[in-house]
Amino acid sequence: MASSLIPAGDFRTSYAVDTTIFPTVTSRNFAIAGVVLCALAPFALNDYWMSMLIAIGIYGIAALGLNVLLGFTGQISIGHAAFFLFGAFTSAYLSSKMGVPAFFAIPLSGLVTALVGLIFGLPAARLKGLYLAIATLAAQYILLDFFARAEWFSGGSVPASAEPFSIFGYTFTGDHQYFYVVLAYVVVSFLLVTNMMRTRDGRALIAVRDHYLSAEIMGINLTYYRTLSFGIAAFFAGIGGALYAHYQLVVSYEGFGIERSVLFLAMVIIGGLGSVMGTLMGTAFVVLLPEAMEWLSAALRGGVIDQTLGLKNNITFVREIAIGVIIIAFLVFEPDGLAHRWHQIKAYWKFYPFSH
Amino acid sequence: MNTQLLIQLLVNGLVVGTLYGVVAMSFVLIYKATQVVNFAQGELLLVGAWVCWALMIKYQVPFYLAMPITMVFMFIFGILVQLVFMRPMIGEPIISVIMVTIALSTVLQAAMKWIFGVNPQPFPQVFASQSVDVLGLQIQTVYVMSLIVSVAMIAGMAWFFQSSKHGLAMRATAFDQQVAQSLGISVKSVFAMSWAISATVSAVAGVVVAVVNGVSSGLSIYGIKVFPATILGGLDSIGGAVLGGIIIGLLENFAQFIDGEYLHWGNLYEVAPFYVLIIILMIKPYGLFGTKDIERV
Repeated sequence: MASSLIPAGDFRTSYAVDTTIFPTVTSRNFAIAGVVLCALAPFALNDYWMSMLIAIGIYGIAALGLNVLLGFTGQISIGHAAFFLFGAFTSAYLSSKMGVPAFFAIPLSGLVTALVGLIFGLPAARLKGLYLAIATLAAQYILLDFFARAEWFSGGSVPASAEPFSIFGYTFTGDHQYFYVVLAYVVVSFLLVTNMMRTRDGRALIAVRDHYLSAEIMGINLTYYRTLSFGIAAFFAGIGGALYAHYQLVVSYEGFGIERSVLFLAMVIIGGLGSVMGTLMGTAFVVLLPEAMEWLSAALRGGVIDQTLGLKNNITFVREIAIGVIIIAFLVFEPDGLAHRWHQIKAYWKFYPFSH
Repeated sequence: MNTQLLIQLLVNGLVVGTLYGVVAMSFVLIYKATQVVNFAQGELLLVGAWVCWALMIKYQVPFYLAMPITMVFMFIFGILVQLVFMRPMIGEPIISVIMVTIALSTVLQAAMKWIFGVNPQPFPQVFASQSVDVLGLQIQTVYVMSLIVSVAMIAGMAWFFQSSKHGLAMRATAFDQQVAQSLGISVKSVFAMSWAISATVSAVAGVVVAVVNGVSSGLSIYGIKVFPATILGGLDSIGGAVLGGIIIGLLENFAQFIDGEYLHWGNLYEVAPFYVLIIILMIKPYGLFGTKDIERV
């Protein structure tokens, strides 16, 4: 979708130019500057904001996986939170029970989660999108039940513990240090996915989304690519979950019901379906929304609005309603998400005096 | 082996299964007529049950009046949902439509918690006697009522689709929207009607469940149980949905029996339908009675 927003006059004269990661030199410099700025962030921000940034990074990686599935392949998963949690438990299990260092446990748990995802995805991926939605719904319930039951793996009702992340004998403690681990994973994941979209496989996924019949006629194996994309989604969910486990150091299955899966969907939809950078924007939006509502309700406390609505006790419900309404509003009014809005703002300034 | 318990559980299964069947039927109704996979079906039950509860407790309306008022309310509510949320999504990709219904379920779920609180509320007593004696089994009156209401709704639905003018119009629209339109059927009103009927039927099921178990947000699990039932019966078969619902209800209770007597895993009752769902997707993805999709360009 993003390629259709390139302004007139910006010609690509060879395939090599058409498939670069960054469309222009400026965009590449901006991306590098963004990463450098993030790397400097721990020196300027306090613990609260660092925990926000870490949350955006962790959920952003998981949402990126969902965007590959939802935005690039046109399949839907309602069990993303369960896969995220599976990655978290796997990494906790590997690091604390098997003695695998966290450095290896994170990618390993990504792979294990992808395998588990395929168990649920395989029967559904050969069918239409809505069957995958239903199968992942089943996965959500089955996996959560498994976590509650399997004490050897997840500790059952007792939260599982995970070892802190360490490399070459140096342990990353506290938000300010762990942030660099998350940042590294975010950069690698986002580069990987952007890169993958330039390859044969990436273009095949988009072809499956846009018109699966024509894609099949052109020799694209539908079952293979639908399954692949579901595997990628589960993989990134697992990576995100593993990072979450080593950040929190304890993992409990509480709070990872279907509402959390809806949150992941919200991140992708708000950010923009099929937009890699939009995923981060959407995640930031969804992570910061509850905080913003918290500030708002704090500002309104004691006032007339607060008393009539009973905001103080019902803030969680208001938040859930807000999330739902925002998803619907984006789907109806802005199906391309925040990424599209951002492009329009850029285009406005580019053509400033002649905006039309 | 505890035969008494098994029979009791199977009777439970039949009663609950028929209710699943009714909800699955109203789910299939929407899917067939408008091609929308409704993930907010359980919330329609929830809204119906809460409205009826509020009428009876807050406004002291007797049950025989509260029930019709609830049905009228849900009829209008269904039309409103279709008008406000679903009509803008016509022609959008199916995953967008699915996501709107998911978001809708989040909104309704949270709104109900906001308005009525998170605590389960008991439903006022509707029947004088607690239980009746059927063939030596003690069965709660509400269960008998539930079974009768469910069968009546299924029969009513069957009559509606077989014989009534609106039902025929709906079937024609489900078969081919363009042809239906060219024959003078208003597809728009058929869409609205299907949501209205589905919401009303779901609300009746919701009230029945509420009379048995009380009202709580847990009611919306009936909307989730619809998926194993409809996948088993075939996504676009109304008869299949009813049969699938009954099978899932029986299976749940049978799983509970096996679990309680032999396995002692606990909680098998709740997840068994989802294992069945995955297995059906593996071996017979279009269900028992669903039409196998033949794609044409």
